Amino acid sequence: MFAITCKGISKSYVNKKQTTKALRDINLEVNSSELFGLIGPDGAGKTSLMRILATLILADIGIATVDGSDVVRDFELIRKKIGYMPGRFSLYQDLSVAENLEFYASVFNTTVNENYELIRDIYVQIEPFKNRRAGALSGGMKQKLALSCALIHRPKVLFLDEPTTGVDAVSRIEFWEMLKRLQAKGMTIFVSTPYMDEASLCDRIALIQNGRLLAVESPANIRSEFAGQLWSVRSKNMSRLMKDLKEWAIASSAFSFGDSIHLSIKGQRISASDINNYLSVFGHQQIEAQQIEASVEDCFMQLMSNE
Amino acid sequence: MNPDNIIKVEKLTKRFGEFVAVDQISMDVGRGQIFGFLGANGAGKTTAIKMLSGLLQPTAGKAMVNGFDVYTEPEKIKRNIGYMSQRFSLYDDLTVVENMKFYGGIYGLNNKELKIKTEEIIQLLHIGDFKDKLVRSLPLGWKQKLAFSISILHNPPLVFLDEPTGGVDPITRREFWELITQSANGGMTVFVTTHYMDEAEYCDIVSIMVDGRIEAMGSTRELKTKYKAEDMESVFVTLARKSKRANQE
Repeated sequence: MFAITCKGISKSYVNKKQTTKALRDINLEVNSSELFGLIGPDGAGKTSLMRILATLILADIGIATVDGSDVVRDFELIRKKIGYMPGRFSLYQDLSVAENLEFYASVFNTTVNENYELIRDIYVQIEPFKNRRAGALSGGMKQKLALSCALIHRPKVLFLDEPTTGVDAVSRIEFWEMLKRLQAKGMTIFVSTPYMDEASLCDRIALIQNGRLLAVESPANIRSEFAGQLWSVRSKNMSRLMKDLKEWAIASSAFSFGDSIHLSIKGQRISASDINNYLSVFGHQQIEAQQIEASVEDCFMQLMSNE
Repeated sequence: MNPDNIIKVEKLTKRFGEFVAVDQISMDVGRGQIFGFLGANGAGKTTAIKMLSGLLQPTAGKAMVNGFDVYTEPEKIKRNIGYMSQRFSLYDDLTVVENMKFYGGIYGLNNKELKIKTEEIIQLLHIGDFKDKLVRSLPLGWKQKLAFSISILHNPPLVFLDEPTGGVDPITRREFWELITQSANGGMTVFVTTHYMDEAEYCDIVSIMVDGRIEAMGSTRELKTKYKAEDMESVFVTLARKSKRANQE
C-alpha cells in the first residue's frame, strides 16, 4: 500500500474575480517509509498540495489518499495518524515549551511519556528551556519544538512544509539528519523545500513549478535524464564569459553556478577544445572547461525552460 | 581607514542587557563592491544591518556610512541608502506605477525625476504590459525585481539586501543577481545577506559572522584557500560549526 496517492488533483483560488490555478492535475505516489521531497519555488503550489493531503483544504477535483484513507471521506481518521508542521510557526506562543508539548499530546489522547523515545534526540536539545515561553525561543529552537509537537502522537505520515526555509546551512544539515533518523524508525516523511540542493537527501522527489509536476523520480534518475551535454566553464573575465556563452549558437542555456558557468549543449556533442577555440576568438584567457553531471538544480531549470 | 570606503566600521558593538549581539566587528566596504554578509541564524547579522542603516544605536565602537556617523546622523544615512528585505515592502493593493509614485514621493523625487525613473524601470524589467496591474497579480520573481528597483529609486550610493532571493525559482534567482551585478557595475555598493552559498561567489568580498563576531573576511578565493575548502558551503559550515551560541540558546 502506498503511504500517499494523488490522482488528478487540481485546485484554484478565486480572489476578486481573479482565478489562480494553484495545482493542475497532480499525480504521484509515495511509498511507505519513504523520505519524499516536494521541491519548487514559492508560489509553485507546495503548500496547497500539502494542505489538501493534511485534510485542511479541499481539492476542486481528483482523489487523494493518505495511509489508505480518502482525504475527503476519512478526514477524521487521517488527522489522527498524520503529523503536520506548517511553514509558519503555529504553536502557542504564550505557553511554555513543556506546556505546548503536553497540550499536543493530550489533544491526541496520549502522553509525553508514552512516545518520548521518538522525540528524545530532538527534545533534549530544547529541554533546558522547557519553562520558557515558546514565543521567546530562537528560530532553531522553535523549529525543534514544532517538530516535537508534530511527532508526539507517533504519526504514520509526517508532513513538513518548508521546515528549512530561511535556515542557515549548518542548521539545515542537522535538520535533515533528524529526518533520516525518523525515517529509519519507519515513518513516511513528505517534506517541501525551495532549496534544490536538499533534493539529493530524499529517496524520491517531485519537482513542482506553476502548479504542475515537472518530474517525479529519484534524484539520481532525474539527473541522468538531463538532455544533452553539460559543461562547467570558467575564464578570467566571468561577466564577459556569460555574455559570450549565451550568444553561442549551439548553446541551449548558460547559467551561473557559484564560481563557474554551466553551459548546456543540445543536439550535438562537443569537446573541451571546441569550447576553448570558440572562446579564444573572443580573447578569453585562463579558459577552463570540464564536462560535468547535471545537478537537480540544472535539471529543474531545463524542465522549467521546456514548459 | 580608506576614505573611499562607503562603510567604515571599527569595533562596533551592540549589547542587549547581558547579551552581546554584535561583538566588536570591524570592516571596510569599498564603493561599487558587492559585499556578502553571511552568518548563521542568530549570529547578529540583522542587528549589524540595523546599526549600519541608522535604525539602531550601537553600544560602542565607530561606524561611518557614506561619510555619516551612525550615532549622530542616522537620518542622513536613511536618505542615502536603499533597503530591501525578503518580505518585500511593496503594496499589493497598488499598481506597479502607483507603488513607484508612492516610494518616489517618500524619497522626495520631483515629478520629472519620477517620470524618468518610472520609464527606466519599466524598460529595464520589461513590465510595460503590467504597469497598471495590481502588484498582487505579479509573479513572485517580478515582484522581487520590482522591489529591488524601487528600493534604489532615489539612486542611493548604497543598498542593503536582506535575503533578497529566498524562495524564488532558480532561473529568477540568477536574473536577480544579474540586476545586482549591473547596479554594482554602475557604481552602487551592494551589501547583501543570503543563505544560498553559491551566491557568495558573486560577491567581491564575503564576511562570515559567528556569535556576533566576524570570523572570516575576504574574497571567496582567499577564503576557500585559507580553509582548504572546495566551495563556500564547506567554508561556511566549518566556521559556523564553531558557534557556541547555536548550541546553547
